[in-house]
Amino acid sequence: MTTADFKDNEYLEQYVEQLREGGVNVAIAKLDDIINWGRSNSVWPLTFATSCCGIEFMSLGAARFDFSRFGWEVTRNSPRQADVVFCFGTIVHKMAPVLKRLYDQMSEPKYVIAVGGCAISGGPFKKSYHTVMGIDQIIPVDVYVPGCPPSPNAIIYGMLQLSRKIKVQEFFSLPKQPKVVEHLDNPIEVVKYV
Amino acid sequence: MFNKLEQVFSQLANAEISNKDNVYTIVVAKENLRQAAETLRNNDIVRFDFLRDIIGMDYTDSLGVIYNLSPSEDLSVIVLLESRTDDRENPAFDTVEDLWLSAPFYEREVHDFFGIRFLGNPDMRRIFLRQDWRGYPLRKDYDSSPIINPIPLENEDLDSLEYLPVLDLKDIDKERKSVFDKGDFVVNFGPQHPATHGVLHLRVSLDGEVIKKVDPNFGYIHRGIEKICEVSMYHQILHLADRLDYLSGSINRHAVCMAIEKGIQLEVPPRAQYVRTIIDELTRIASHLLGWGAMAMDMGAITAFVYGMRDREKIMKIFEKTCGGRLMANYSMIGGLMEDIHPDFQKDVKEFVVYMRKMLREHHILFTGNPIARGRMEGVGHLTREQAISIGATGPVGRASGWQCDVRKIEPYAAYDKAEFTAVLREGGMTFDRYYIRLDEIEESLKIIEQLVDNIPEGPFCAKPKPIVKLPEGEYIQRVENARGDFSVYINSRGDKFPYRVKFRSPSLVLVNVLKHIAPGNKIADLIMLGGSLDYVIPCIDR
Repeated sequence: MTTADFKDNEYLEQYVEQLREGGVNVAIAKLDDIINWGRSNSVWPLTFATSCCGIEFMSLGAARFDFSRFGWEVTRNSPRQADVVFCFGTIVHKMAPVLKRLYDQMSEPKYVIAVGGCAISGGPFKKSYHTVMGIDQIIPVDVYVPGCPPSPNAIIYGMLQLSRKIKVQEFFSLPKQPKVVEHLDNPIEVVKYV
Repeated sequence: MFNKLEQVFSQLANAEISNKDNVYTIVVAKENLRQAAETLRNNDIVRFDFLRDIIGMDYTDSLGVIYNLSPSEDLSVIVLLESRTDDRENPAFDTVEDLWLSAPFYEREVHDFFGIRFLGNPDMRRIFLRQDWRGYPLRKDYDSSPIINPIPLENEDLDSLEYLPVLDLKDIDKERKSVFDKGDFVVNFGPQHPATHGVLHLRVSLDGEVIKKVDPNFGYIHRGIEKICEVSMYHQILHLADRLDYLSGSINRHAVCMAIEKGIQLEVPPRAQYVRTIIDELTRIASHLLGWGAMAMDMGAITAFVYGMRDREKIMKIFEKTCGGRLMANYSMIGGLMEDIHPDFQKDVKEFVVYMRKMLREHHILFTGNPIARGRMEGVGHLTREQAISIGATGPVGRASGWQCDVRKIEPYAAYDKAEFTAVLREGGMTFDRYYIRLDEIEESLKIIEQLVDNIPEGPFCAKPKPIVKLPEGEYIQRVENARGDFSVYINSRGDKFPYRVKFRSPSLVLVNVLKHIAPGNKIADLIMLGGSLDYVIPCIDR
């Protein structure tokens, strides 16, 4: 039996009605809502910063922007304890297998936020021979935050988008198997050096 | 000085010498290169003991190397020692790795990008790219097709880093030399590690808790900026310079602007010169604050990090108002500034100077006087002056070892000659000196800002260059003092709208070389603190 089969909750409402008439204070909610409320307000990011955007991540953690207001401040250095990998900065050929391995080591449910032009599409290094043109060629991405580097405000906005995404998920029917990404499904433009 | 140089140059055999604005170009034949390098390094008159950089060149028909040298006693003199080879199949030059401590890394870099071998240097591993990379990317005939070099799926094999490559056919049956001794206990540190200040990969061999040898592995953020510059127009390469050492982005951009302005002989209005200088100094303060905070955090003091970032935000606010950007100010342009300063700029900067002075005292009370911090920093990681010069460690690290290497003093650019300041020197060369000198430099930067901010002259903020900038044929070198040391831009132009070759001299690369030399003998727990005291930025190394 799957979660979707439990749609008819009329008998529960009747039961609650009876209890309330008898003077018992009861509130009912979906377990999903409670779990997701908790999950979306305590996402633990992996400290993964390769370049410039990483400095804005530091600013985000410090006094003026302070992302602990949203419950994201528990940065983890081990991917095994992290829920989300913020990809701050350029990913190059040499780093690509490292990022892939880090992502594979995270436990489900896991999320990816691509921060900055480089992580989204190669950004200013579009003509490079050694840059991966967007990390979505290696790992699936949930939220894109554009900018070079994006200001901490923009990163907070991106984080809140992920929060929204988590809130509408059905926790108990999340995939047990990790998502598989087709490697390099879109062809890369070849830049000719004069 | 001129006579002395004449004497030295007369000792060189078969050399063509030319001079332009204190930059001496010496062209020697391939066979005489080693001898010329030895003469310049070891003569008794003017010792060229600072090898700033080795620049690889592809002249289409031939390959070449350029050694950028200076004597440590007078850094305003630059000598470019050039040599070429016609052999594109097996290009080779004699090594100079025993003459300068900075040479091994530079030679590996030239080998990585151009396939030039240095005879006598056994360590010819690639330094940035993977060992299995095909082709030499900075050669003009390089094929950048992703079919030849696809995105790798597997991590690099550590054995290929461990064993030095076989260079000669006669050695092919012999046992391959290893970086570490047999039976060494090797710990991998990075590339994903919060204390490496980026994506640096260090392989450290240990004897108990004591470090025996450090072998750095770069390239996890190598974006090929120098190659991109060759297909970009001059105003397009400005923003790439920002993204090298992002903590001193404005200063790097300033350097590229000045190199181009020198080439097209554009007079920059004084207003722009003043504002550029103030922005540079604000950037330096921001960088030192982050460096201070990050080093303290590496030692376990998270409060210091938060304090440093808090003060840094004040500078970011000023940048946001005037430049629009935070970290990447994108403010300097060829000929001046992107736009005029914000009406509040002077008021904000003056308020910041007062605020920062107060906070600097607090930082000293909070951390400098702390007995635990002092106990860890004093007497650890000694870098002598000779080592600093030979490795080429400029900036705060070199000055903490007693080497006066401040480009702002030696070759004043922009408005630095209008301000009174001292280039702080310390003699100790310990971790504590490297820590303390940054706080002292913040004080000096505040002094410079204070003197300039009230005297910003009226007038235009930008001299408009032609829409398409073409540099006349020739070589252009511009040095600036960024927050980590001597940042040089080398532009080789052939009169086209694209540069023929651009080379950035990264001050951070030598700082990792410093780590390699000072870490052995220390405890593994101090490795992170030593890295923090050097304050390198990895994307600047990898370019």
